[in-house]
Amino acid sequence: MARIVVVTSGKGGVGKTTTSAAFAAGLAQAGHRTVVIDFDVGLRNLDLIMGCERRVVYDFVNVINGEANLNQALIRDKRVDGLEILPASQTRDKDALTFEGVEAVLTQLAETHDYIVCDSPAGIERGAHLAMYFADDALVVTNPEVSSVRDSDRVLGLLASKTRRAEQGEPPVSEHLVVTRYAPSRVGKGEMLSVEDIREILSIDLLGVIPESTAVLNASNAGVPVILEDKTDAGQAYADVVARYLGEQREHRFLDEKKGLFGRLFKG
Amino acid sequence: MAAASPQTTSAFELKGRMATLTVLRLQSNDARHVLVQLDERLAEAPGLFAGMPIVLATAAELEPSADMLAAVVAGLRERGLVPVAGMDLPADALADLGLGQMRNSDGERQAPERDGPESARSAQRPAAGGSRVITQPIRSGQQVYARGGDLVVTAPVSAGAELMADGHIHVYDTLRGRALAGVQGDTNARIFCRTLEAELIAVAGQYLLSEQMDARLRGSPAMAWLEGETLRVETI
Repeated sequence: MARIVVVTSGKGGVGKTTTSAAFAAGLAQAGHRTVVIDFDVGLRNLDLIMGCERRVVYDFVNVINGEANLNQALIRDKRVDGLEILPASQTRDKDALTFEGVEAVLTQLAETHDYIVCDSPAGIERGAHLAMYFADDALVVTNPEVSSVRDSDRVLGLLASKTRRAEQGEPPVSEHLVVTRYAPSRVGKGEMLSVEDIREILSIDLLGVIPESTAVLNASNAGVPVILEDKTDAGQAYADVVARYLGEQREHRFLDEKKGLFGRLFKG
Repeated sequence: MAAASPQTTSAFELKGRMATLTVLRLQSNDARHVLVQLDERLAEAPGLFAGMPIVLATAAELEPSADMLAAVVAGLRERGLVPVAGMDLPADALADLGLGQMRNSDGERQAPERDGPESARSAQRPAAGGSRVITQPIRSGQQVYARGGDLVVTAPVSAGAELMADGHIHVYDTLRGRALAGVQGDTNARIFCRTLEAELIAVAGQYLLSEQMDARLRGSPAMAWLEGETLRVETI
């Protein structure tokens, strides 16, 4: 039975799709059969970040409407074994997603995969609701600023009340915090919230901190999940996230300011 | 040069007050029938009803149509009455007529949905008159109401969340959202919290915003209560 993981945030532009791509690629690298689904119907991006936009023939909505079968729509990643992408439709909107359709697709994918990663759209409306509804686990992606934290808090409330697990009285969705675009130097200057602040406000388990990094932008432009860029800080931070999710104990990194050349020379 | 005085004195204050309003309770679904009888009543005491604010309500078994309500409201206005709100009537019909929405406070009709649309699972309504204990964090956008009793929360209350109780409110963690105790007017209700970071606290309609609270209380365990008309907050 597959585990369904939703990557969600409430706010847009915080790094949900980047996180979904990296997290799914990391799970597949660890040997788990993984599929990542783009729920952002109408604003599809995941295929770009994954570098497979030219291979999209059928999409999630086609499958829901019975216009294509799942195998026709799934795109196999060429770099990582066991990783597949189910792209969103660009020409439809979120109303094209039906509750029964999503449930049927997830049920079918669960038979052949270990992990189903659902890349949620921003907001708390239909698309986001359906992305989280069937989840077992949630990665809540948050930037170190107050409006993002507030929106994440709202989403945590929905995870606790508007999901299948909540409605059926099962154990709650397990919630994990992923702080992205973290710039320790700006935290030092008081321009950003610290990880400690965010953790205290949201009071959930911290899965990882992804530093603000040019590597993320470069990887997105190149259509490569940033976790595959294993020399970069962001790539390593995502590798830590996946390892911790899979149960490994790893020290949190990238929490402190990078020391410049002079800092290193004088600090010894 | 800008005058300084408007900055220094507050131009208004907002208060929750109990007020007595005349309720016009419809017992017929025929607007004409209602208005004819109303005219008879008005004729008995002309002037007494002029400008009187009116709350519209209906007998339990009646389900008045939007057209019927519109006809009654128009008739009331023609007669110099001022319909201000409807009680337990369809919200969209009231909005179209420019009327406010009120809930029936004595609860003789079906229980109104006091909990917000996204109340936590742990926040379901208890037996009437009961206190409520919440052990899960109350997140931004959630609303929890303890009708007829106290509300006890053992987890953090986020900014943007709202707690309401007819009795006391206890938060054995950080209170960042809003807390309104004694919402039915109990002036003896109090608010207790382990860490005060609240946006707003209120007892029986008297409220304080975070910026009106003593800054030294922030982050401390605190208690709020009414002393006469004044809401006081102190560390405990």
